[in-house]
Amino acid sequence: LGYFHRHRQLTPYLLLAPGILWLSLFFVVPLGFLGYQSLQSGNFDIGYSFSWAWGNYWTALRDYHGQFIRSLEYAGIATLLALVLSFPVAYWIAFRGGRWKNLLLLFIVAPFFVTYLLRTLAWETILSDHGFVVRTLQQLHLLGAGGRLLATATAVVMGITYNFLPFMALPLYVSLEQIDQRLLEAAQDLYASRWKAFVRVTLPLSLPGIVAGTLLTFIPAAGDFINAQLLGAPQNHMIGNVIQSKFLELTDYPAAASMSFILMAAILVAVAAYARAVGTEQLTGTAI
Amino acid sequence: MSHDLTRRQLLERAAAGGSILTVPGLLAACGGTSKKAASGTTSHTLAKTLHFSNWTLYIDTNNKKHTHPSLQQFQQKYGTTVQYTEDINDNASYFGKIQGPLSRGQSIDRDIVVLTDNDRYLALMIKKGWAEKLDKSAIPNMKNLLDVQRHPGFDPNRDYSLPWQSGMTGIAFNDKLTGPVLSIDELFTNPKLKGKITCLNSMGDALTLVMLANGDDPTKVTDKSFNAALSRIKKAVDSKQIRQFTGNDYAPPLAKGDLAAAMSWSGDIAQIGNKHIHWNVPKDGGALWTDNMLIPKGGNIYTASVFMNYVYDPKVAAEIEGGNPKTGDTGVYYICPVQGAREQLLSTQPSIAKNTLIFPTKKMLDSVHIFDSNALNNQKYLTAWQNLISG
Repeated sequence: LGYFHRHRQLTPYLLLAPGILWLSLFFVVPLGFLGYQSLQSGNFDIGYSFSWAWGNYWTALRDYHGQFIRSLEYAGIATLLALVLSFPVAYWIAFRGGRWKNLLLLFIVAPFFVTYLLRTLAWETILSDHGFVVRTLQQLHLLGAGGRLLATATAVVMGITYNFLPFMALPLYVSLEQIDQRLLEAAQDLYASRWKAFVRVTLPLSLPGIVAGTLLTFIPAAGDFINAQLLGAPQNHMIGNVIQSKFLELTDYPAAASMSFILMAAILVAVAAYARAVGTEQLTGTAI
Repeated sequence: MSHDLTRRQLLERAAAGGSILTVPGLLAACGGTSKKAASGTTSHTLAKTLHFSNWTLYIDTNNKKHTHPSLQQFQQKYGTTVQYTEDINDNASYFGKIQGPLSRGQSIDRDIVVLTDNDRYLALMIKKGWAEKLDKSAIPNMKNLLDVQRHPGFDPNRDYSLPWQSGMTGIAFNDKLTGPVLSIDELFTNPKLKGKITCLNSMGDALTLVMLANGDDPTKVTDKSFNAALSRIKKAVDSKQIRQFTGNDYAPPLAKGDLAAAMSWSGDIAQIGNKHIHWNVPKDGGALWTDNMLIPKGGNIYTASVFMNYVYDPKVAAEIEGGNPKTGDTGVYYICPVQGAREQLLSTQPSIAKNTLIFPTKKMLDSVHIFDSNALNNQKYLTAWQNLISG
């Protein structure tokens, strides 16, 4: 123990070591391998060899830019929907939940005790052509007589929104819950209307939660392929579906790897632009 | 949908999970666990354990005791315990899992795996030298193999593979929603079915049916016949006639009524047991696919061969096929490749022996075709197909 006393400056590094080791072993090394693979050429029969094949990237962009854009679009819409849906819920739980807070939070998390696949399959039933939702929409003339939800873009976005909602709601709740209520009282004492107090005090203070929530939702949503596969038509497939088919069905590993990198880069760019727009302190100051 | 899962069930969903399972394969590629595959053991002594990987619910099962009677009887007879793993959900993801070790010459700790002949991977395993030759001297019962199965394109002399079960691909329809749908033409162009039908996402299955409808030969694919079939399907996608491409996840929506008709596998419909859902071989012909047992490199050839001989005994084959109602064992309900099994079942379970989805008539077998195995490994075709089905 004396050793640690003498080398106190080492302590942070030692504490970081397990995490860094984990990340380098299971993230950095595979990522390097993936990058290496994305620049290979050849085919499965003769084998792939490294050849700085940047062409893989161009081919991927040329042939599949539609799916790339669609993925960012669906993920973006789903993220916005999740924000709009979960903000009032998180707000209500944080400010009005009282002693029921924990129970209410449990309700948000409860569906996640069921596996992702089954939750998505449940939506096949909910949105079924002869189900309650579609029938009601038809009666309200929001959907044509022969209209349907399954195998449409709407169903895919709904599925993604639902599946990632807690990733939005929980960070929002945490940041709202931490807001000092006295600040709101002070704002109203200074003749701010309730709405103004919300816009000028609550909303800015909850920004770390909004930023964390949108990132946690958008990033995995952009790479999702299960919702598109089960709830969408071929016209609604996302880039995740293409990567999956390149990897598993076509055993075209370089193509799959380069697409994964393009997706990662696109997300990084989107996140960087977002961080710039809202200010980096919101990213580092996130509530979680 | 019946509570019994089919062997192809959750194919789509499992493919999703499977992609996650292959990540460790990638990681293993970086790691250094090297367990060298002993090149096939040729000794004629039985191993203590036989490692057998198969598809989900694809063998006789006692659901109360969670046992497989035919495997227990094998152990009683030969003293070899069968370690039976239901870890194959679809060909692509299983191949994704095992190709890493096999390509590095490592054993995958399996003596028998089961892969389908209308997907590319079975032929690929043989072509890459990742399958061991069967010890035919230990498989005299191979004489019971159905004639149609003796000389497949990917393994003309059955040196590497033996059928486990087969199935047919045709069209299923729900009679509450539509009149009989008996042809691809009807399925793809009847305006009443718009958005109410699905096409299989397996290239071999879908193209066999469409090529036959085009008057082309699916057993010898040419660029011309391939393109004709592809553009016919594309037309049906663009006109929104085809709602989705599916694995066997067409079954629940078909039973529920979201789908009026679907390109479909016979075994699924036999297992659903819904009187409104009918399955038929299309009037221009259907597809025949077979799941084949294979000994992956490093597997115990002799033990695996003795086991194959055992399941080719008509009595055992009948038990695997039909189960045993007296002891509450369920069977497989796909097409049995072993001659003589039907005769066994005629006395014990005539309803199964007479079910034409399990023991098809000669007329049915004459109208189903096996897709060209070369086309299955044509990268150009595969890419075009995947681009079609993934939008």
